[in-house]
Amino acid sequence: MELFVLSFTIFILALFVGIELINKVPPTLHTPLMSGTNAISGIVIVGAIISAGSSDISPNVAGVLGFIAVTLASINIVAGFMVTDRMLNMFKRKG
Amino acid sequence: MFALINLSYLAAAVCFILGIKGMTRPKTAVRGNQIAAIGMLIAVVSALLHQGIINYAAILAGMILGGGIGVWLARRTATTEMPELVASLNGIGGGASVAVAASTWMQSIAVSGAGGNGWTAAILASIIIGSVTLTGSVVAVLKLKGNLGDSRYNRLWHSVTLITLVAALVGAVLFTAEASTSPLALAALIGLCLLLGVGLVQPIGGADMPVVVALLNAYSGLAGAATGFVLGNQGLIITGSLVGASGLILTAIMCKAMNRSLPNVLFGGVFGASGSSASKQDEGEFYDGKVKYATPDDLALLLDGARNVVMVPGYGLAVAQAQHAVKELANQLEGRGAKVSYAIHPVAGRMPGHMNVLLAEAEIPYDQLKDMDAINPELPQADVAIVLGANDVVNPAAAEDPNSPIFGMPILDVHKAKTVIVVKRSLSAGFAGIPNGLFIRDNSLMVKGDAKEVLQATTAAIKDL
Repeated sequence: MELFVLSFTIFILALFVGIELINKVPPTLHTPLMSGTNAISGIVIVGAIISAGSSDISPNVAGVLGFIAVTLASINIVAGFMVTDRMLNMFKRKG
Repeated sequence: MFALINLSYLAAAVCFILGIKGMTRPKTAVRGNQIAAIGMLIAVVSALLHQGIINYAAILAGMILGGGIGVWLARRTATTEMPELVASLNGIGGGASVAVAASTWMQSIAVSGAGGNGWTAAILASIIIGSVTLTGSVVAVLKLKGNLGDSRYNRLWHSVTLITLVAALVGAVLFTAEASTSPLALAALIGLCLLLGVGLVQPIGGADMPVVVALLNAYSGLAGAATGFVLGNQGLIITGSLVGASGLILTAIMCKAMNRSLPNVLFGGVFGASGSSASKQDEGEFYDGKVKYATPDDLALLLDGARNVVMVPGYGLAVAQAQHAVKELANQLEGRGAKVSYAIHPVAGRMPGHMNVLLAEAEIPYDQLKDMDAINPELPQADVAIVLGANDVVNPAAAEDPNSPIFGMPILDVHKAKTVIVVKRSLSAGFAGIPNGLFIRDNSLMVKGDAKEVLQATTAAIKDL
């Protein structure tokens, strides 16, 4: 239970940090912000790696789900960061 | 080792915060994105050091497969298709959260039976939010692509949504209370939530997709945060809530720009199906003989004398892929000493900031892009305002007609410019389903046609002057 309270505290504090930060992002950059946060939400790969890796070689449902999760999270991370970089470089060229 | 791994998750979260901080200015944004990517690398390496991991082959295979698909997606997506890509990535993120939660649950059940209530609740939160995000995003992508029209059975969908919502919540409570260990029960719950996602997004009109995409963005983050609770991983919680906050703020901005509340967008209201069919009938009467048409040659003559030109891009610009054609025309005008700026409404296009990315692709400097509050005081001084495929966001009824369904929605005051040119493919109504009084004003001219072709013809005509 203590861990839950601690985690919940962190969750709420992080929400406030996020709101403060993101309010400062100008509307011009809202699309890259969304694709950038898509990439960041790929952080579930941490859980996916543990799920996919902790079952041994004989495949079971949990392992397969873990493998799917790693694949999906990798798509988010790679596509998210690459496409954000591509867009932001368009903004950087001039101005 | 355990402390070290957790500290590196914290380091990753700090990188993400610094990365988003970089996004507050175009100049530092590229660096910000790179910092965030470094944070992700730290997190992945730390996860790989986890002592429970014995099967690296599956992880590596997943990373290579997913990474490959990711590179392909990032390379082939045109800037006009960014809303579809972001919506897809929202869904994929939600899917990943569901898969992690389900997999963790099954492994844990196999080892030690059902966990505590709090833990089960976190698993279910992750699964419910993740599944809704997954199917909701699929529907959103289909709607953005135009493969899925607006539903005529909104009432039916609303009841389906209500029933699945109640069933999912009751199921979730029973599942937690009984400490169920049946994978079938979990699968049924996932199925129910997948249906719920479809039911929530299906009745929402194509025009409201910017709100939906932003909201699903928030959901994908919150699903990630819930996964953090499942794993007891604070780094994941911080990151998930950052993404959640981002999506929620963008949702709020979009709703404010349409002068509507979130429940109104999600569950219908003034723009419901009945309203739009009624107003379509008097459309012919509304415009009858009052619209003045012009050709690109007339437009060129008009622009030749203009000193202050404002471009007003809308979704039509994205459809016509006219961003480079705008830039060419702007170059011509600037060569003749005119000042060109771009007025961007917050809900122009299909997602927040959509127009800005398109214009940035055409190498238009971002300091020429003005948001609504900055450009509105300047519009009365504009010689010519060119509306490129925008409709509802320039409808003066929103400011002047208290009986209009969109009254009160903030608009770009293009009708105050000396001359307004509307480039549009037809007189058909915008998403609000109401006629636009701007088109029959004394100071407005209509050029019918595809935005790109009209702009190119105008540029050619100006060169010939």
